[in-house]
Amino acid sequence: MNIKFDDPNRPNSYIGRTVPRPNAGRLVAGKGRYVDDITLPRMVHVAFLRCPHAHAKIGEIDTEEARAQKGVLGIFTARDLAQVCTPWEGKLAHLEGMKTPPQSALAIDRATWAGEPVVAVVARTRAEAEAAAALVIVDFEPLPAVTDMRSALDKDTPVLHPQFDDNLCFRKENATATPQKAFDGAHTVVESEFKIGRHTGVTLEPRVIIADWNGGEGELTAHVSNQAPHMLQVLLAKHMGIPESRVRVICGDVGGSFGVKVHVYPDEVATAAIAKIMGRPVKFCADRLESFTSDIHARDHEATGRIAVDESGKILGFDVDDWTGIGPYSIYPRTSAVEGLQVTNLIGGPYDFEHYRVRSTTVFQNKGICAQYRAVGHPVAVAITEGLVDMAAAEMGIDPIEFRRRNVIRDDAYPVTTAAGLKLEGLSHEKSLDALVEAMDYDVLRAEQADLRKRGIHRGIGIASFIELTNPSPFMYGIGGARISAQDGCTVRMDPDGSVVVLTGVTEQGQGTEAIMAQIVAEAVGIRPDMVRVVTGDTRVTPFGGGTWASRGAGIGGEAALKAGRALRDQILGIAASMLQAKAEGLDIRDGQIVDAASGEDRLPLEELGRVVYFRGDTLPKDLSRELMQTRHYITSDYPYAFTNGVQASYVEVDTETGFVKLLKHWCVEDCGRIINPQLVDEQIRGGIVQGIGGALFEEIVYDDEGQIQNGSMADYLVPMSGEMPDMVIRHVETPTQESELGAKGAGEAGTAGAPAAVMNAINDAIRPLGGQVTRMPFTPERVLRALGTLKD
Amino acid sequence: MTDAFRNRIDLELTVNGEAVELTVPAGRHLIDLLRLDLGLTGSHAGCEHGVCGACTVLVDGAPVRGCLTLAPQLGGADVWTIEGLTDRGLVADLQAAFVARNALQCGYCTPGMLVAAKALIDAGGTPSRAEIREHMSGNYCRCTGYEAIVDAVETVARDRAEGAMS
Ligand code: FES
Ligand code: FES
Repeated sequence: MNIKFDDPNRPNSYIGRTVPRPNAGRLVAGKGRYVDDITLPRMVHVAFLRCPHAHAKIGEIDTEEARAQKGVLGIFTARDLAQVCTPWEGKLAHLEGMKTPPQSALAIDRATWAGEPVVAVVARTRAEAEAAAALVIVDFEPLPAVTDMRSALDKDTPVLHPQFDDNLCFRKENATATPQKAFDGAHTVVESEFKIGRHTGVTLEPRVIIADWNGGEGELTAHVSNQAPHMLQVLLAKHMGIPESRVRVICGDVGGSFGVKVHVYPDEVATAAIAKIMGRPVKFCADRLESFTSDIHARDHEATGRIAVDESGKILGFDVDDWTGIGPYSIYPRTSAVEGLQVTNLIGGPYDFEHYRVRSTTVFQNKGICAQYRAVGHPVAVAITEGLVDMAAAEMGIDPIEFRRRNVIRDDAYPVTTAAGLKLEGLSHEKSLDALVEAMDYDVLRAEQADLRKRGIHRGIGIASFIELTNPSPFMYGIGGARISAQDGCTVRMDPDGSVVVLTGVTEQGQGTEAIMAQIVAEAVGIRPDMVRVVTGDTRVTPFGGGTWASRGAGIGGEAALKAGRALRDQILGIAASMLQAKAEGLDIRDGQIVDAASGEDRLPLEELGRVVYFRGDTLPKDLSRELMQTRHYITSDYPYAFTNGVQASYVEVDTETGFVKLLKHWCVEDCGRIINPQLVDEQIRGGIVQGIGGALFEEIVYDDEGQIQNGSMADYLVPMSGEMPDMVIRHVETPTQESELGAKGAGEAGTAGAPAAVMNAINDAIRPLGGQVTRMPFTPERVLRALGTLKD
Repeated sequence: MTDAFRNRIDLELTVNGEAVELTVPAGRHLIDLLRLDLGLTGSHAGCEHGVCGACTVLVDGAPVRGCLTLAPQLGGADVWTIEGLTDRGLVADLQAAFVARNALQCGYCTPGMLVAAKALIDAGGTPSRAEIREHMSGNYCRCTGYEAIVDAVETVARDRAEGAMS
């Protein structure tokens, strides 16, 4: 039986509806259970002494005074932890030529960024541990710091890791046969520099872990704020020399993640190692300064890009040289090469053109480690692409919407392989542009803009089309040797009262995973969502899976849930057919009742079936299959990724005297395939847009030349607050993927992918008549004034 | 650690309508007193330096930062946290609106948001969206993008104003 998604009156029609989240009521009551809310018997606290220099040799470590403090229970250095924990290398075999040195839980002999953990101090309380850590004396001998990415490969720049010849981590060029051809004799060639600042996730809940070693069973349990529990289980087991079966990772409520909490962090591994050594629970909770210096950073790209266009306004090609500095180590296990790699794939993504060359260079430097953060690489690629597109349109005097209409891949052209080599199953750029124009009332807005311009009010409209990678297959990490599951699984169990428990390998960090799983299983089985309870985030309990990242939860975890729910339904109907002396095909389950499929007449409540199966199984035929628990797995296989698409628009007003940018309104039309819960999708997009706006207007980790963070607090690293944010209009086009029955693709990252480009283009649309152009994010008032020529050095 | 920090103080106050007596280090912040000493983990710490608003609770009727308020300031104080406000139904309409509008994702900011919103709503009237945005701009949320929060607060303000009129 196929679900008739286009019939809203079908029975049990929960997929596609706004259904409240089962866990929201608990969270608004303050009854969440985040890791720092947990206190275990005999639990102690660890704090870290971190290297204050960007690069330093570690000499003698004097712990005497610290050890003498009241409450201090243990002090550990790299050598102590090396006894129970091996180092790691963030490499993937399919990223040819990539290099990175081994990294340890605590720095050995040499620290390579300001914030790298060097000594761990354990005490009865966090305050005592922190106070004692400040008393540990380490003889640091500062070494020259590599901080500038563009000169990192120069001959006279010191090489950061002695085992390598240079500071190159990874370089990738993706080019068609004749990339230069587009630019020879093109009607219009536009070139520009772009800079995207160094960001960090700023999850409101900091990273936090409690590791508990049970010596009696030789078992480690980690309660951790993380997005990929099974990945962490496998890696903790590997590096601590414990069988995978003896590591249990539990991720309860997670206070925001966005990619920050999908990596292996040295301080978290150190906490687990210390728990094993001490044989008792140890908690580490990062404070905000530690978050800024030791959470992953992201972006930090500088690029030079060119676009070639013919006389009809048709794009001929893109040529981009992208650089990024990722700190001293490639992140484990996903690597820090992926953001640059994504840029080489995603430039020009929405458009139909022939000639392509994008090179990305990833270098080591003495700064925090950069890695995957919401929309990995997309904000960079979209900013470069859409910036160039708008500049070309302006140069040729073509309206930016019209320019895009002429160039996007036609909706009826799919499947398509792009110039960059991406396989696209089915996208809707044309429909999305139509929907955007309508939602914005584009012509009216343009007229308003022109009108206000005459009165000296400078408003701008910025458009950004984009594609977004979701539902990754093993092509992302698995083929490179990383033990990260691209498959996901779901177990569905009916209990005697007819209610259903769902165990899923994807996790919940606020997206609404539990809600959509309940909806999908409710529809698949034929019960109300409130009869479904969902369990996530416990490696001992749920099917082995990948967790929630790269917009995979709904598309992959959701399909597994649909399949498991359908299997349970079939099983229930088989039993019901036997009990009712009927044919299973003639029965259906609706609203928790087994009914006659044709007439809808009630035949048997599920709880009666549950009663008989569990308590009076003797009354059923001996050979009747009665498994009211079913598990199914799902993995994508036709396409390496399910791409989504969309288009965003930003409407801004630039105060040409102060340089301040006021966001008036924002629109997003997005196509994530089948929508499971419209409200949750819209709110994912809104949250993502604001995160993208943060990068466009406020967010940038600033390092000085010595590699010291200049703004490591929430007062100094500006994030979007409610006062400056606009209202956002969200619209949808639905092009379900044909790979799965559910047809869902990911929705969590699209907002972040497109927003920075839309804001940049809007600002430039506002200031272009004044001769200004900004391409260096964040667009601070100072940078806007410099672009306008008001501020000179 | 200084001697002053090590010194402990005896404290009597009211938390969520219940009398509390305890001895804490003089340097104890309210957020730690609530979370560590009283097990009231509904209030959260996000920045521990007064910027994010996750630790917002009511002290003598006014929203304050739990991470900036020191224990010695709290003798005789009347403190309300999300747990007590929930039990007494004092933010029930806000909570219902937050759930209905999905004005929370991870939920970490939510208790602080609700306390901040309560102060605005209790002041009466029907604040504009801009006023709501301004009032709530001491509370950081990384997940929602704020619009749903503004919608929820706006709905409750309007409903309360209409309720007061009818
Ligand atoms: S924890 Fe108090 S304001 Fe952030
Ligand atoms: S809901 Fe996550 S920080 Fe607000």
